[in-house]
Amino acid sequence: MIKWWKITAALLILYTLVWGMLTPVPHLNILYETIRNLFYHVPIWFAMLFQMGLSVVFAIKHLSKNDIQSDMISNQAAQTGLFFALPGLLTGCMWAKFTWGTWWTFEDPKLNGVAIAVLIYLAYFILRSSIDDEQKRARIAAVYNIFAFVMMFVFIMILPRLTDSLHPGNGGNPAFGKYDLDNNMRLVFYPAVIGWVLLSLWILDIKKRLTFLTHAKNEA
Amino acid sequence: MTTQLLSQLIKKEFLLEFRQKSTLAGILVYIVATVFISALCFKKIIHPTVWNALFWTIFMFIAVNVSGKSFMQETKGKGLYNYLYYHPRQFILSKIIYNMLLMTLLSLLTFFFYSWFVGSMVQDMGMFLLALVFSSSAFSGVLSLMSAIASKANNNISLMAILSFPVLMPLLLVSVKLSKHAMDGLAWSVSYKYLLILIMLNFVVVALATLLFSYLWKE
Repeated sequence: MIKWWKITAALLILYTLVWGMLTPVPHLNILYETIRNLFYHVPIWFAMLFQMGLSVVFAIKHLSKNDIQSDMISNQAAQTGLFFALPGLLTGCMWAKFTWGTWWTFEDPKLNGVAIAVLIYLAYFILRSSIDDEQKRARIAAVYNIFAFVMMFVFIMILPRLTDSLHPGNGGNPAFGKYDLDNNMRLVFYPAVIGWVLLSLWILDIKKRLTFLTHAKNEA
Repeated sequence: MTTQLLSQLIKKEFLLEFRQKSTLAGILVYIVATVFISALCFKKIIHPTVWNALFWTIFMFIAVNVSGKSFMQETKGKGLYNYLYYHPRQFILSKIIYNMLLMTLLSLLTFFFYSWFVGSMVQDMGMFLLALVFSSSAFSGVLSLMSAIASKANNNISLMAILSFPVLMPLLLVSVKLSKHAMDGLAWSVSYKYLLILIMLNFVVVALATLLFSYLWKE
C-alpha cells in the first residue's frame, strides 16, 4: 500500500533537487553558488539528528515499557541516522573545500562533534553485537544510547556556542536565518527539510518491518 | 540511614582496595612509568600546547585504567549479594564517589610527577588544580557507568575503551581548554564559563549514571 506521506517525501525531494539548482540565490562573497548546498547539506543533517533523536526516544520507551519492539526500532533508527551521516559528511566536505579551502579541519567544533557522533554510534553497534541475550542486549544498549546521546548533545549544541566555529550561527558568525536566507531560498529550504526527514522515516519504516518479519521468523 | 549505608559502601571499597595492595601499587607504577617514558621521549617540552596535550592524554589513559576496572571484580555471586542488600542508587553512588576520590588523588599525583620529570608550565596554579579536580570527578562518573556496561557485556577491556573514549571527548576538550587558559595565566573572567560547564557536566553525569544504573542492575 502506498501512503500519501511517502509520495510527499519523493515529490518534495525531487522538487528541491531540481529547483535548488535553478532558484535565484543571493550573490555573496566566498559562498557564491555553493550557497545552494544549504538545500542538500543542512536537511540531511536534520534527518540524521531526527533519526538519532528517535533512537533515544525508543530507547527510553524500551526501558519504561520493557518491550523488545521498541529496542528493535531504536537500533534501526540509529542505523538509519548513521546512514544519513555519510551523505551529510560528503556534502559538508565539498562545501568546506570550496569555501574554507580544506576538506576537513580540526578547528571546527561541529566537525569534531560529527566525528565523535559517528564513533559513538559505531561503539553502540559493537556493544550490541557483543551481547547474545536479547533482553539483556536491549537494556544495556538503551542505557548506553541515552547516556551517549546526552554527551553528544552537549558536544554538538553547547560547546560550539562557546568557542569559535567556522559554521554560521556560532562564535560570532551570523546564522543563515539572519539575512542570507531570503524568501526564494526559504521556498526550497523548508520543503527540503520536510522531504529528507520524511525520507528517513520511510527508510526506517521499511527497516522496521524487515526486522519484525525476521524476528517473527526466527521465533517460529 | 541511607547516608550511613552509603558511607559503609564507600568504606568497603577503600578496604578492598587497600587490602589488595598490588592493584594500587600497580597503578602508581603505571603513572610513574608513563610519565617517565614521556619525559624520556620528549626530552624537553617547550611548547605549552604540547605540554597540555601530553598531560591530558596521560590523564585519560590513567582514568580509564583506574575507574574502568571498578566493576571488573564484581563476580556473579557478589552481584547477587549486592542486589539483595543494597539499593542500585546507593551502589552506583558509592562506586562513583570512591572513584572520584581515588582519581582526584591520582591525578594530583600524576601532575606532581609530570611537573617533576617534564617540568611545569602552569602560571595560574589555582585554576589548573580546579580544572584537574573537577575533570577527574567527571571522568570517574562517566567511567564508572561505562565500566558497569562493559562488565555486563562479557567484560573485555577493549570494549571499555571503545565505549568510553567517544563519550569522554566533550569532557576532555573542556578540560584541555580550561587548563590551557590556566597555563597561559588568563583572567578568571575569561575561563569561568568553562569551569561552570565542567561543574555542570559533573552533575549531569552523576544524575544520568544514578538514573540509568538501576536498569543495568537487574540481570
